[in-house]
Amino acid sequence: MGNVFPPDFAALEPFADWAVRGERARYAKRVSSTMEELQAFYDVAYPLLQQHTEYLENLSLDGISDEDKRLLWAFCALVTVAFPVEAWGQPRVPDSGPSSIDAVVEPAV
Amino acid sequence: MAHFPKPSEGSWTEHFKIDTGPVSYADSISPEFYELERDAIFRRTWLNVGRVEQLPRKGSYFTKELDAARASVVVVRGTDGEVRAFHNVCRHRGNKLVWDDYPREETKGTCRAFTCKYHAWRYDLEGKLIFVQQESEFFGIDTSKYGLMQVQTEVWEGFIFVNLDPENTTPLKTYLGKFAQGIDGYPFHKLTQVHKYRAEIGSNWKLFIDAFAEFYHAPILHAGQYESGEAAKIKKYGYEALSYDIDGPHSMVSSWGGIAPPKEKAMVKPIERVLRSGLFGPWDAPDIGMTTEELPPAINPTRNEVWGMDSFVFFPNFMLLIWRPNWVLTYHYWPTSYNTHIFEGTCYFVPPENGFQRLQQELAAVTFKEYGLQDGNTLEATQTMLESRTVDQFPLCDQEVLLRHLHTTTQNYVREHQLRNAEAPVS
Repeated sequence: MGNVFPPDFAALEPFADWAVRGERARYAKRVSSTMEELQAFYDVAYPLLQQHTEYLENLSLDGISDEDKRLLWAFCALVTVAFPVEAWGQPRVPDSGPSSIDAVVEPAV
Repeated sequence: MAHFPKPSEGSWTEHFKIDTGPVSYADSISPEFYELERDAIFRRTWLNVGRVEQLPRKGSYFTKELDAARASVVVVRGTDGEVRAFHNVCRHRGNKLVWDDYPREETKGTCRAFTCKYHAWRYDLEGKLIFVQQESEFFGIDTSKYGLMQVQTEVWEGFIFVNLDPENTTPLKTYLGKFAQGIDGYPFHKLTQVHKYRAEIGSNWKLFIDAFAEFYHAPILHAGQYESGEAAKIKKYGYEALSYDIDGPHSMVSSWGGIAPPKEKAMVKPIERVLRSGLFGPWDAPDIGMTTEELPPAINPTRNEVWGMDSFVFFPNFMLLIWRPNWVLTYHYWPTSYNTHIFEGTCYFVPPENGFQRLQQELAAVTFKEYGLQDGNTLEATQTMLESRTVDQFPLCDQEVLLRHLHTTTQNYVREHQLRNAEAPVS
């Protein structure tokens, strides 16, 4: 069985379920997760993003491989997860109550 | 303490000759006033319904629900390449012409003709009736009289506007006034990477414009978005705009640049540090063919070196934000009742060249959404308390001058509409 992500990102393999296509689905996963689950993903994904900036800067979006596509989705999930971990201390935006804002148009990758 | 100079009158509000007394907000909690707004404003002014990129080829179309105007329009690029809009109504029995599974939901696509789901009457892309099912059963029907009802449509810098009032012949660019003229030439067509969000908000449409036409609230409501030490500093500093301006019903606020990039990286959250991006967009501005200094004159009108972004409020419900790092955000507020509306926020970026830039843009778009959630939910709290009518006079500060202008303008439109109707001869 092949890897979900490119070889340099093997540490992300246990978090393959975060490689979710679409901001709406990523946000849904965030708000249905516990802070422990969000923190665990963040603790692995954030250092990888930090270490591999150059890899991402050289990653062309034209003809992108499935592994790289999933890598970008996982890092997009990290962007979403960074708010609870770095700012809110909870999965939902504080004081956002019943309100929602949904992505209705977004890039293919 | 003032950080930026104000007009000689001592305040922006007095400079624009706007009343400085408390504001009532009766215009935002009254079902009767909303009914007046629908006719006075949403059926009479130019409304932005989309961009030309949404119609990439001949036959491309999209529908737009204009609930406040009691209308639905279909916007289409014809076989001649022209952009037109039509009332989305079949001339036979009044069925909605273009829709998918759910008649109240907007749709888009590409076609050669519009065919009604009910009895298959068909219209070409220019709105002409070209097929009537069992035409011989009708009574000498003149098909040339039953084309789609066309709506005035004009395009400014790629933004498609419609005007439902056939008697309002003011050209779009005249209506949009000096701000639009001063923005002409901004390369919107290069910003084709789109992230669009939509929300149903439990407040009057004007209250959300109020929230986005002032930044006085930002250091308070959004304090949790900053590093805690930084939040305290920002709160102490407060907020002041570089300048405000008003032109007819429209207005704008020009703002300083905040933290993009920050003076010290410790000022921002770790994800912003590593991605070099945040609320103000990716810190490294992409090439759009002009430098900040070369931007059209209505953008950064004071030519201040610390400029960060401008927010233009095009009356009634279209806001255009131009950010220093060469990206654009638009807001639309579509009323659905006196105390509900649909909010749309759309981010436009230069298409990313690599995976890292894609992530930088994701962070900017998602940061906008996190802020928007805080704003949207706060508005429901505001609406319910305004409706309680416990308090009916609210003081606004000089940083809230655009709010006074919006509410005054709305009331003027309604008053003038009532006067016109009162003067009209009885038919």
